[in-house]
Amino acid sequence: MALDNKKLKMASIQLQSLAHRYPSAADYALRSMQQSWNDGGAYALLGPSGCGKTTLLNIISGLLRPSEGRVLFDDFDVTDLTTEQRNIAQVFQFPVVYDTMTVADNLAFPLRNRGIAKNEIEKRVADTLQMLDLQGRANERARSLTADDKQKISLGRGLVRTDVQAILFDEPLTVIDPHLKWQLRTELKKIHQRFQHTMIYVTHDQTEALTFADQVIVMYEGAVVQIGTPQQLFETPEHTFVGKFIGSPGMNVLPCEIDGSEAVFAGKKFSLNTAVDNRGARFELGIRPEHITLSQSEGMPLTVTALEDVGRHVIVRGEIAGTALCALVKDGVAIPENPCVSFDSARINLYADDYRVGSGRGD
Amino acid sequence: MLELRNITRHQAEEVFLDDISLCMQRGELNILLGPTLAGKTSLMRIMAGLDKPDSGELLFDGVSVLGMAVQKRNVAMVYQQFINYPSLTVFENIASPLRVARVEKSQINRQVAEVAELLQMTQVLDRTPDTLSGGQQQRVALARALVKKADLVLLDEPLANLDYKLREELRAELPALFAAMGAVLVYATTEPTEALVLGGNSVCLHHGRVEQFGSTLELYRTPVSLRSAEIFSDPPLNSAKVECVAGKLAFARSQQQIGLNIEQIPDGSYTLAVRPHHLSRERAGLDDIEVKGSVSVTELTGSETFVHFSMEDNSWVALLHDVQNFAVASTVVFYVELQHLFLFDSDDALVEWHSTIKS
Repeated sequence: MALDNKKLKMASIQLQSLAHRYPSAADYALRSMQQSWNDGGAYALLGPSGCGKTTLLNIISGLLRPSEGRVLFDDFDVTDLTTEQRNIAQVFQFPVVYDTMTVADNLAFPLRNRGIAKNEIEKRVADTLQMLDLQGRANERARSLTADDKQKISLGRGLVRTDVQAILFDEPLTVIDPHLKWQLRTELKKIHQRFQHTMIYVTHDQTEALTFADQVIVMYEGAVVQIGTPQQLFETPEHTFVGKFIGSPGMNVLPCEIDGSEAVFAGKKFSLNTAVDNRGARFELGIRPEHITLSQSEGMPLTVTALEDVGRHVIVRGEIAGTALCALVKDGVAIPENPCVSFDSARINLYADDYRVGSGRGD
Repeated sequence: MLELRNITRHQAEEVFLDDISLCMQRGELNILLGPTLAGKTSLMRIMAGLDKPDSGELLFDGVSVLGMAVQKRNVAMVYQQFINYPSLTVFENIASPLRVARVEKSQINRQVAEVAELLQMTQVLDRTPDTLSGGQQQRVALARALVKKADLVLLDEPLANLDYKLREELRAELPALFAAMGAVLVYATTEPTEALVLGGNSVCLHHGRVEQFGSTLELYRTPVSLRSAEIFSDPPLNSAKVECVAGKLAFARSQQQIGLNIEQIPDGSYTLAVRPHHLSRERAGLDDIEVKGSVSVTELTGSETFVHFSMEDNSWVALLHDVQNFAVASTVVFYVELQHLFLFDSDDALVEWHSTIKS
């Protein structure tokens, strides 16, 4: 049975005890998870290659049947439905375009397939062309377009229908030039704000994930390690992996010792907001490069190993007591010759065996 | 030293590479920066001897190499796709160019060990490429280019197929690696951020022409043309047309005065430009100029904010170093310090006006 494709509301998505193991594999590609994603939400699945994000997307789209668990759209079990029956739109990394058709016909194609009235098709195609800044090329054959423009059409084909349950994007901007990437990413954001489609966006690029999504799902080795707003992922990473993966450069993770309600790094004590039970765990202190200040004489002396001027800021790399760390200094701010560093203690997170167990108290 | 003199190449009716002259020294990294189709790969193919230019001269250490067979020149290339021999071990993959050159066995062992050490591959020498991560596979391809001790090493977007985070790691490693090679290094990328992290020199390429060539940081700080500033900006450069009448600047569309007097420049049309991170919510100095616009979308990364707004009908973006949300269609005001303001003339060439301004 196919889902009702006339309804305008999109779907919430639930994953119940979902897991997946490929037939020949010994290990799970996706470890058991329980998720509930809201109707109209913008979600990003973020992680390095091999983390399971594409496997998860393929299970949601129906390209892959999970070996365990169920997928529900609005409480309706779709686990055994095909991609077509699920009524979703998909955009892939590489353009899916009919070369011999015009740009407008490429966009109209998914609508004609569904028997939508001619004047409605014309209106939607015109809207989509405008959204992608392709009005002038409507009647050109797709073959004559650049790779960037072809990918724009692929995006357009995903966005042209308003009757889908969800729109799934699989690294849609990976092959796009940096400048156009900015433009298309903001367009997607605007489209989401206007139409409130349920959107799921897979990427390894943190900037894309963080700017696009309301909720970012960080994946690592087949498991979801954290779901949160971009700000939560930045400020309180629940796992050291998230701390390192989010941010450029990522969070400094420094070995430390616990003394009651204080963390000790390189002889310096930092007050914690909770007393931590020292039960033989491996403790680490997390501090982002953005939250380290350099000065002439205040704080811990830093042995500088490299300065990387990347225009809008300088990345200062160095060592304290044999531990490497880095700090960011904004463009135009002077860097002392032999700097000392101090940590913004309220921004510290404490990790025991890689999981967050507390934070700094601030002064 | 690699020297290109007036290299021009046509493809079909179009000029593909237009009168390119460049000098690249040994031990220096030279980045070809430009969007897709700017001519980066075409230029590299000519440098490698895979294609011939229609006119111009190519010299290596003062000797013309245009007619020379590729095999006779000591050139190494690394492509975007990791190209390795799938059935050979990592060791044999790295050793392959030395075997072809019939290098003695003990020397092969020594050279491979050296390069593997440098690229942190010693632990995986016995494995086949398919058991490695994408980053490690590309390291194998890099190692094969390094082990040849080539005079000219061409890297065509070598990190483009890698994960964002892996790119970050390799970018940080590459400069030291390149410095150890002593070859002429040419590295193509579409990403300004990558160029800045790698440093060295950069060539801004656009439609097969050199917009600017010089130290990477210098190019970033002082672009000679609007095009060069645009190519070297991520997030994109903000710009707006302005008119100058008797030294007074006004936005072309609204005729709104900018509050900037530059008496030394002739009347006419100019383009005013500013990088996104130089737009500030607070006034830093009394002579800061003010720009105003209507918010179209706000992007929050968790630590930074990209505010996209319409400024005199142009799409502008401000990068703020904290998290602030702005309602769609609300009016925002930003300030720009004069030292961060670029002005380009009607030919898109940079106007040097900062030294002439009276405070």
